Amino acid sequence: MPISALTGTRLRERRIALGLRQADLAEAAGISASYLNLIEHNRRPVAEALLERLAQTLGQPVQAFQDGIGGAVLDDLRAAAAAAPGAELDRIEDFAGRYPGWAGVVTALHQRAAGLERAVEALNDRMTHDPHLSASLHEVLSAVSSVRSTAAILVDTDDIDPEWRARFHRNLHEDSERLALGAKALVGYLDTAGQVDDQGIASPQEEVEAWLAAAGWQAGGDVGTLASGAARVMARGWAVQAARDAQAMPDAAFAVALAELGPEPVRLAARFGVDPLTAFRRIALHPGSHAGLVVCDGSGTLTFRKPMPGFALPRFGAACPLWPLFTALARPSSPIECVIETAGPQAQRFLVRAYCQPSFPGGFRGPELREAAMLILPAPATPSDILPVGSTCRICQRQTCPARREPSILTA
Amino acid sequence: MTRRVLLIEDEANIAEAIRFILSRDGCEVQVQADGNAALAAVAAFAPDVVVLDLMLPGKSGLEILTALRADPATAALPVLMLTAKGQGRDREAAERAGVSAFMTKPFANADIRAAVRDLLGA
Repeated sequence: MPISALTGTRLRERRIALGLRQADLAEAAGISASYLNLIEHNRRPVAEALLERLAQTLGQPVQAFQDGIGGAVLDDLRAAAAAAPGAELDRIEDFAGRYPGWAGVVTALHQRAAGLERAVEALNDRMTHDPHLSASLHEVLSAVSSVRSTAAILVDTDDIDPEWRARFHRNLHEDSERLALGAKALVGYLDTAGQVDDQGIASPQEEVEAWLAAAGWQAGGDVGTLASGAARVMARGWAVQAARDAQAMPDAAFAVALAELGPEPVRLAARFGVDPLTAFRRIALHPGSHAGLVVCDGSGTLTFRKPMPGFALPRFGAACPLWPLFTALARPSSPIECVIETAGPQAQRFLVRAYCQPSFPGGFRGPELREAAMLILPAPATPSDILPVGSTCRICQRQTCPARREPSILTA
Repeated sequence: MTRRVLLIEDEANIAEAIRFILSRDGCEVQVQADGNAALAAVAAFAPDVVVLDLMLPGKSGLEILTALRADPATAALPVLMLTAKGQGRDREAAERAGVSAFMTKPFANADIRAAVRDLLGA
């Protein structure tokens, strides 16, 4: 452990804190008071053996006086100083050495502020580009404006005509109803930011997922109710695929096989002579199924999300790289099964089964395409191995996760 | 002389409240809820001040303001713009388009009365 340039300073501060005179400490350590004075002012190096004697007299471990100031701490302090100019930059090391606890607080606060700034930027970006959120806020603000102005009229106008008073009372009632509905919709939207619902459609994929969710995940509904053309095209594709899946694994026979084999897509696929991904979809999307399902393409982009309560599927950004879905993506045609545990104070466990299916639509000369799916099922009562995972890095509390690709906006 | 205020606002209850408080100040207030009909209403009513909402059906408040400023007859007409968005870029866009005053919702009645009085030069 190196002896820091600030060892003397720390010795001096500890001595003064204990109310010892230089002469007392020097005598206890077997050196002269003048030599101790030079040491305390960092003008003389202190040998390890002498430092041990001094530390013993001062009632502290040697390390308390030895620890150098890490470059990372100094870098963080410089970053904090850059964000709020005015600090004595030439005394950063002195500050960190004298007050390591306070230096830690400053750097932690700086990091927290930086994290919050990023969160605000992300939310601002989302607000700017999310038409539903913008419209909801506009609705709430409009209702609040009306309530505020009307209530002020009623309070401030003594001689108001009874007809006007009645009209304003009615307006207040209408606006309070509107405000309640708007606030409820807004809270519902923000509260389900990790899930898909019809309150916050932001992309054709989300629109289709909301459309399917509203229909109990049955793709036979009227695609004309979808707002965007892209969503209608995707929904028609889902409807065609669902019909094909149902034809390959007819309802009655599928129900019998499911009861016999359980939600085991590879065995079910073998029973019906279909590819495993067809069985994944049938298990998750047959009427009354509570299983969750995520599907991704070869780039890892989630192309379908059917959530399961307790397991948040990311709405923005990429998913947790530890999901078995992505392990399967790297190992085509190899079934993967494990129990995962979500992050956070109320961690939940799920049994997941993942599989990647390669395809060659262009034949020998075409590219290999991959599609992977992951079923999310209730966990067994006593799982053996458990894989800790998250939803997406930005909102994951596993600060030390080796797969983390960006800092979380949540504190540890 | 009675001063005329044209209120271009599609939120009926807000329009009713503003109409009431400005009328109590002695203004003759006409309400127009449709952005598309706003310019015709300006020409017909010849207001002394326009109170203009930013988000309107049909033409937006910014489009109406731009059209007013492009017409020599209304280029100097005082316009108070209201918005529930309140974002900096809305204000900047309104200022670039030549707005006379800008107010975000929810506003205090006293503030809108003061702003209109100020624009009327009262």
